Amino acid sequence: MFGAGGGTSSYQEMEDTDLIVMWGSNAREAHPIFFHHVLKAINRGARMFAVDPRRTSTAAWADVWLGIDVGSDIALSNTLAWEIIKSDLYHEHFVAHATSSFDEYVESVEHWTLERGQEVTGVPADAIKQLAHEYATAPTAQLCWTLGITEHHNATDNVLALINLALLCGHVGRYGSGVVPIRGQNNVQGGGDMGALPNRLPGFQLVADPDLRGKFEKAWGTTIPHRPGKHISLMHEAMDEGELRALYVIGENPLQSEADAQQMERRLTGLDFMVVQDLFLTATAEIADVVLPAAGWGEVEGTFTSSERRVQRVRRAIDPPGEARDDLELMSMVARAMGHDWPTPTAEEAWDELRSLSPIHGGMAYERLDESGGLQWPCPTEDHPGTLFLHGRLWEEETGPKAPFSVVDWVPPVDALSEEFPLRLTTGRRLDSYNTGVQSGRYPSPRRIHGVLDLSPEDAEALGVHGGELVRVVSRRGNLEAPVRLDRSLRPGLAFMAVHFPDDTDVNQLTIDAWDPKSGTAEFKATAVRIETLVST
Amino acid sequence: MTITSESVSTVSARVDGTEIEIPEGATVLDACRQAGADIPTLCYGPTMTAANACRVCVVEIEGSRTLVPSCSRKLEDGMEITTGSDRARHSRRLVMELLGSASELDRAGERLDRWMTEAGAQPERFGAPGPESPREAPAPGHHHPADPKFAATVAEPAKVEDDLYVRDYGRCILCYRCVDACGVEHQNTFAIAVAGRGFDARISTEFDVILPDSACVYCGNCIAVCPTGALAGKIEWDMREAGTWDESSQEVTRTVCSYCGVGCNLDLHTQDGRIVSVTSPHDHDVTLGNLCIKGRFGWMYVSSGRGV
Repeated sequence: MFGAGGGTSSYQEMEDTDLIVMWGSNAREAHPIFFHHVLKAINRGARMFAVDPRRTSTAAWADVWLGIDVGSDIALSNTLAWEIIKSDLYHEHFVAHATSSFDEYVESVEHWTLERGQEVTGVPADAIKQLAHEYATAPTAQLCWTLGITEHHNATDNVLALINLALLCGHVGRYGSGVVPIRGQNNVQGGGDMGALPNRLPGFQLVADPDLRGKFEKAWGTTIPHRPGKHISLMHEAMDEGELRALYVIGENPLQSEADAQQMERRLTGLDFMVVQDLFLTATAEIADVVLPAAGWGEVEGTFTSSERRVQRVRRAIDPPGEARDDLELMSMVARAMGHDWPTPTAEEAWDELRSLSPIHGGMAYERLDESGGLQWPCPTEDHPGTLFLHGRLWEEETGPKAPFSVVDWVPPVDALSEEFPLRLTTGRRLDSYNTGVQSGRYPSPRRIHGVLDLSPEDAEALGVHGGELVRVVSRRGNLEAPVRLDRSLRPGLAFMAVHFPDDTDVNQLTIDAWDPKSGTAEFKATAVRIETLVST
Repeated sequence: MTITSESVSTVSARVDGTEIEIPEGATVLDACRQAGADIPTLCYGPTMTAANACRVCVVEIEGSRTLVPSCSRKLEDGMEITTGSDRARHSRRLVMELLGSASELDRAGERLDRWMTEAGAQPERFGAPGPESPREAPAPGHHHPADPKFAATVAEPAKVEDDLYVRDYGRCILCYRCVDACGVEHQNTFAIAVAGRGFDARISTEFDVILPDSACVYCGNCIAVCPTGALAGKIEWDMREAGTWDESSQEVTRTVCSYCGVGCNLDLHTQDGRIVSVTSPHDHDVTLGNLCIKGRFGWMYVSSGRGV
């Protein structure tokens, strides 16, 4: 955000804030311990608003649930903005002092009346108005989101639309106010920290910047291409065009995790060569040319960075089985096999090199991480305590670069509803499971709900199907069979499937790989489907 | 609670004649421990509001008619505290004897053994333990008089209803920590509560259904606070039953959970090169010792067959 690739706030601030908006996030199930901090605030009397197509277990804790139609987040954000501006509730001082492009922004939202917002989002105008007024007038407020915002074809615009609201109300850069993307995976923040982004070097330093690039070239004794690399969806395109012929997959299961699985299978099997480095013989590994056995969590040393930008130590407790090796060692071995003289560094040696090149991590020596229980970046020097919240500069006399408003237009989901495909299918996680189930499928959870299609009782009645009945779910790309589960958290017209059981009910047979040009994220959250009853035998 | 050095006023008190100074908001227990007094506690948990259930931590405070539960009483300026008076020691010993006569305390840890030995507690003076019973809830208004030949106990068969938890309520002392952790203190799921009255009181799910049919979300945050081993992960419970659980040979490694991006700290307890239990440190501000089902139990993929 404004040049920093992480959430602005700390969990402690969630407990101390006055109002929390959980937007497209079922943290109660997907991030339960984050939600403990939210619950502390709620039990203390803070207000909570949930914006979600489903009345999730998170929404059940909200003062107000805004049941939004899938993919209309920008419409809601723009409507909230216009209501706040029209009612003169925006933070005039902050907007004038710390932001830019306000006039263009006002112009872009001024046709988003409550009536139009209600029509497009499905959220009653009263509820929109209530959120607008309470968010704008709360002394402090946190705006949190997860994949309900980012798994869309316009993911980046969705995020920008939320940041606009925080800027409008001055809810950023102060203790208790911020914008918080809660990270879905243990180290997705750390992956970004380490430069696993197409246009960034470690520490979010732009690859296109010759000075920054030069610093790394000098340290590494090599030339770094100045052009940004490809994000995942551009890689898919490059596979389609025959430009990308070999793939090295580390700890991912794209055959089952990517949208439109049939298309993905054609892409992966069409490659000349694929290496998979994993703990398990995943579905992707089974079609690879070479599988490298990796040592996993509990067996290796290193760090993870959490959703509050907190770098914490990860430690080895047990020996890896058989021939499995640490990723660092495997990559060094591959480099040596390709003729490069790479020694295998320890995790701490690799980390210290990172610290020498990434200013935000500079002060995070292992010794300090051990003593403190984790440090939050930026932490540039060894006497720096780490940073509780970002962008405090926006409130100072000298703000530095102004935070720009972004003009973002609402565009409906790509996979449009029609007479043939009248039902909106969205996807997500359940409490006890995780992604394609490679890890979470291996413990005996008493709470497991295997692959099912969740339907609202109203839709089930209209279709004449009952709970437990096997039906066929058909999208424009594929179909699958799944038993029906009735779920009162769904509004009529909305269906839900979890992503965890690709071997039984592979929801990515149905999803569309329409993707966001800025982030490369696919639109997992919005598929148009129809339900076909099966002829009973 | 984090106590920062700046802007915190302190209070002074005397514990067994020793003058102590401690930040405002501290409890009598904090003061006693700072003064080096080894006060027993069972229901008290540092991350939770004191339940005041067990009364094993009582001390004398000058001017107070009754003994005072040190875990919950806020320290006041000028308090004169006596931890080792005959009255306080007698009361603490009796509480431990009553609990020990009714509940199996052999998994309550070395601390309790030490406290009971020091206090000279003899639970067996109330008679031999009575026979195990299913402890069916009696009909309202019915009371079965105790058999004077035996000490009444809460013994009952352990409830093994799934592959993750065991509820071994013959070890329960009704300290309320599980109820509070499941409820408003941490998890806010409210899957369990105390049902029944008097000696028939016990921890129960709604309508006493088995755990998989209850509101339980299997976070194990009740296990994390149980002081007596009445709640345990099934792997640990099975190993203890088989006599293979050997804490002295275990190592504990601090790491971070491998699932979502919240960054919960985990302590991996390993024995013979295998993970046997996962807990979270109570003093880490991200979790306060709490986890979700994936954090506490989802690690089993590490020791499952890999296939690569």
